[in-house]
Amino acid sequence: MDPDRFTQLDATTWQIPQQGNMRVPGILYADRQLISDMDAKVWEQLTNVAALPGIVQAAYAMPDAHWGYGFPIGGVAAFDPDQGGVVSAGGVGFDISCGVRTLTTGLSVDELQPHRETLADFLLYRIPAGVGSTGRIRLKDAEMTAMLEGGADWAVRQGYGRREDLERIEEHGRMAGAVPEAVSERARKRQRDEMGTLGSGNHYLEVQAVSEIHDPEAATAFGLQPDAVVVSIHCGSRGLGHQIGTEFLREMALSAQQYHISLPDRELACAPLNSPLGERYLGAMRAGINCALANRQILTHLTREVFAHVLPEADLQLIYDVSHNTCKEETHTVGGEKRRLFVHRKGATRALGPGHPDLPEAFLDSGQPVLIGGSMGTASYVLAGMATSEGKSFASACHGAGRAMSRHQATKRWRGEDLIDELAGRGIIIRSHSYRGVAEEAPGAYKDVSAVVEAAEQAGLARKVARLRPLVCIKG
Amino acid sequence: MSDSGTVDAGWEHFQHGADIGIRGVGATPAEAFARAGMALTAVITRPETVQPRQSLTLACQAPDLDFLFLDWINALVYAMATEGLLFARYEVAIDNGRLQATAWGEPVDRARHQPAVEVKGATLTTLEVRQLADGRWLAQCVVDV
Repeated sequence: MDPDRFTQLDATTWQIPQQGNMRVPGILYADRQLISDMDAKVWEQLTNVAALPGIVQAAYAMPDAHWGYGFPIGGVAAFDPDQGGVVSAGGVGFDISCGVRTLTTGLSVDELQPHRETLADFLLYRIPAGVGSTGRIRLKDAEMTAMLEGGADWAVRQGYGRREDLERIEEHGRMAGAVPEAVSERARKRQRDEMGTLGSGNHYLEVQAVSEIHDPEAATAFGLQPDAVVVSIHCGSRGLGHQIGTEFLREMALSAQQYHISLPDRELACAPLNSPLGERYLGAMRAGINCALANRQILTHLTREVFAHVLPEADLQLIYDVSHNTCKEETHTVGGEKRRLFVHRKGATRALGPGHPDLPEAFLDSGQPVLIGGSMGTASYVLAGMATSEGKSFASACHGAGRAMSRHQATKRWRGEDLIDELAGRGIIIRSHSYRGVAEEAPGAYKDVSAVVEAAEQAGLARKVARLRPLVCIKG
Repeated sequence: MSDSGTVDAGWEHFQHGADIGIRGVGATPAEAFARAGMALTAVITRPETVQPRQSLTLACQAPDLDFLFLDWINALVYAMATEGLLFARYEVAIDNGRLQATAWGEPVDRARHQPAVEVKGATLTTLEVRQLADGRWLAQCVVDV
């Protein structure tokens, strides 16, 4: 995409001035190179989101933005229900509350080293991953309802994990306002075999080493030291979330006329926040968030079981759990006035700055941990929300590297078996049930995550705390 | 921008950022839908590895052909997810906004099928069912993986 289509405000802030049917400007945070590598659709989609009813301040795109469904991936937009604001199923995405959590282990790389292969084997055995895998937990209807209301809090009550985990999860592990009755029977059925499963595609469970510390104070607050071993889990709300997204995307697209919403693109399918459909979606979507939180909590429990077996001296403590496909009701200051807004983050992470009242006490000085997934061959990052993120992007930051090439191009260029050997030569163990899946997720198919986090820091969204390098990756 | 598949087979993939576009072309909308179903299978695995050992009937209804195609692909996604199946062959009939179909396939065998990725759902992105200048029909959309 040509950066000169934007008005450059500073090195990492690029504006689409309000024009045509836009109600607010569009703002993209990125550097010139990242923008040059982006799809031109980001410009178009940002412009379209800026035209939606009730949008407040600006339509934002993060440094990892790319062509999405109506909303760009890496998009952030806030809507005011009292000004006709809308909620969009496409603006949340199919994988509701897909996210990342990272846990410290108390182990050093040297302590892990002799056990890496065994650990990888046991993790692959214990963590249901990839197409065709099923979880071992079958929920009866009433249990499913309790899970959809309770999220990770429900999971902890069932014995999956520890009560202290909950403080380290957004919404304390339980999204309020979930309406299980708004979740269809089909969505429930699709989840039947999928509780406690990783999924496929870019989802993973990775054992990582802290390879660089950028902010020693925040790293200490997060429990990160050089050469410490951590575990990161990336997955979402599984079949239940996908089905909620599928059903409401269709219904919203077919109902737009009824609500007199003129859509620049039908993919922006949405409904007024103050409408029966909007409210029903919010209730179902929040239940989907709880499903994702419960799922990551169960996977955490399974991971702890594996470590207890292979490396009993390990103690897996949750640093934080972030979601990056959500719409949440939040209070933000706009033009000096506090307003209740519904913030869509599609492929974007909440990034609360220091002192925010919703932060756990341990992070009041540092800001919220923002967990950025990379690729299985490069790096991931732990960032911390900056005080400036509130004014810049409704306290949001990027979520990952983003793909640089299609899955098909990747399979033409790499063979899964060769990639596994090559990564093994670099000390990275890959375990997967599908060679083709590995090829599609080749590290070279992803953009440079370092450039994305540099831009996020320079833009004042989230600052670098630590870099993580992969040791063992269980591919979904 | 054909990415894979052949025109002879009547289906192909096209590129969309992190995801994949599926496209079927046929003499009728129903044939285009069936061939797009093969493109869907090919997102997950090599279609020639899937045997038509069992069948499933599907039905959907929508206000127009675009949404009927969306519903068809989503019905296949749902059947694959809940029945643990992959599909090798489809027969589709469309009459007055109603679709009736039979899909033949078999349960996922991870060693043999090497399934790369699950499909989460069909999107409205590039969703289109239309007649081409040569009289054939095209049906396509991007699927989220």
